[in-house]
Amino acid sequence: MMKSDIHYDVIVLGAGPAGLTAGIYLSRARIRTLIINEGTVGGQMVLTHEIANYPGVETTSGYQLSGIMKKQARSFGCDIVGNASLRELMLEGPVKMVRLSDGREYSASAIILAPGGRPRQLGVPGEETFRGKGISYCATCDGDFFTGKEIIVVGGGNSALEEAVSLTKYASRVTIVHQFDHFQAFEYAIEEARNNPSIRFILSSTIAAFHGNEKLQSVDIKNLLTGELHNMPIDGVFVFIGYVPNTEFLRGKLNLNEYGEILVNANMETGINGVFAAGDAVAKRFRQITTAVGDGTVAALAAAQYVYTFRQQKQAEAVKIN
Amino acid sequence: MLYTNLNHIESAAEHQKVISENENVMICCGRMGPMCIPVYEIMEELEPQYPHVKFYDMEFDNPDARVIREAPECRGFMGLPFTVYYKNGKIVKATSSIQTMDQVKSILNQEFGVPVTA
Repeated sequence: MMKSDIHYDVIVLGAGPAGLTAGIYLSRARIRTLIINEGTVGGQMVLTHEIANYPGVETTSGYQLSGIMKKQARSFGCDIVGNASLRELMLEGPVKMVRLSDGREYSASAIILAPGGRPRQLGVPGEETFRGKGISYCATCDGDFFTGKEIIVVGGGNSALEEAVSLTKYASRVTIVHQFDHFQAFEYAIEEARNNPSIRFILSSTIAAFHGNEKLQSVDIKNLLTGELHNMPIDGVFVFIGYVPNTEFLRGKLNLNEYGEILVNANMETGINGVFAAGDAVAKRFRQITTAVGDGTVAALAAAQYVYTFRQQKQAEAVKIN
Repeated sequence: MLYTNLNHIESAAEHQKVISENENVMICCGRMGPMCIPVYEIMEELEPQYPHVKFYDMEFDNPDARVIREAPECRGFMGLPFTVYYKNGKIVKATSSIQTMDQVKSILNQEFGVPVTA
């Protein structure tokens, strides 16, 4: 068994809106809390250019909102370790242990798993080579590089269709490539895209490969109904095909569904005592900053109750021994 | 204006001074955007760990940032931020778009050497 350098009441893995909310609630309740995060504090919230529907907050950026949440958590005494690299995790037993790649070790009575997700990639040849050289996952960041150029948007959800419309401000023509013959987006987004004269559609198809030299020059598009492959010259491709949960490190440690999402009950409890989960990595239908915040709140309150009960049991045991 | 805790380069002259007076320099040229902010944060975190490297940012829309935007090593770049690594005034590595902590550390270690810890 590992022996930790520092013991906390609760360790939160992940510093997106779910993890930061849990940190705020727990620290405010004077429960000693550590948040460990592998990437940027704020998670995918930071990648959101504009947030207009977060209740009680006027239009803001994801960066600003995450900055406020981080400040709030720290103001209540929550410790935050950012850009960490997780090496080992022990969830079973009364004391949970976390070891980082740099050798630091932490233990806690309870753990909240809030690792979030990341944009799904196509996973086809050339994708890594041309990332930032024609392939992008952020329209607001890179849209202006494609002014007057022809681009493809891959995907059929709200993000794909809304970003396709927004990219027509720059691109001369936008082609939406989608694997199904229909879209999963809301009707308003579909209508807006269909009514835009700069947008055309290639349905029941996917990108099979990216080609180019210094930058992207063409793609192979595969018709999923006929298997037919054709090459299309293109300047840029924006990929919006959803998210994958960051739960690879949890495989074999607790219950995940077929998509790798963490299974929890209404109290955000996993199947292991003292282990809770929250945010986008949890199996659920809707993924919004507000739902992550809600998850983080429930997980924090349930974890707090668990910690209090744990403490009482320890005290009762100590009295018995004496 | 970049709201980071890094040192900012605000002109081509300043850029020239920084790369000529320092052996190892990393400059992230971007905006306050979703793909750029994570790189700034990684640099802020690494700055104290790499005392032999100078870390700077430069605003992409500053006209003088052409010294990076138009560098031959950045040809074909179509994703922010443009991150460039200078050794003795010459670009030894350049990357486009978001990078992870491991990717940045790997470049720093390879181009400038692993930091010596006491």
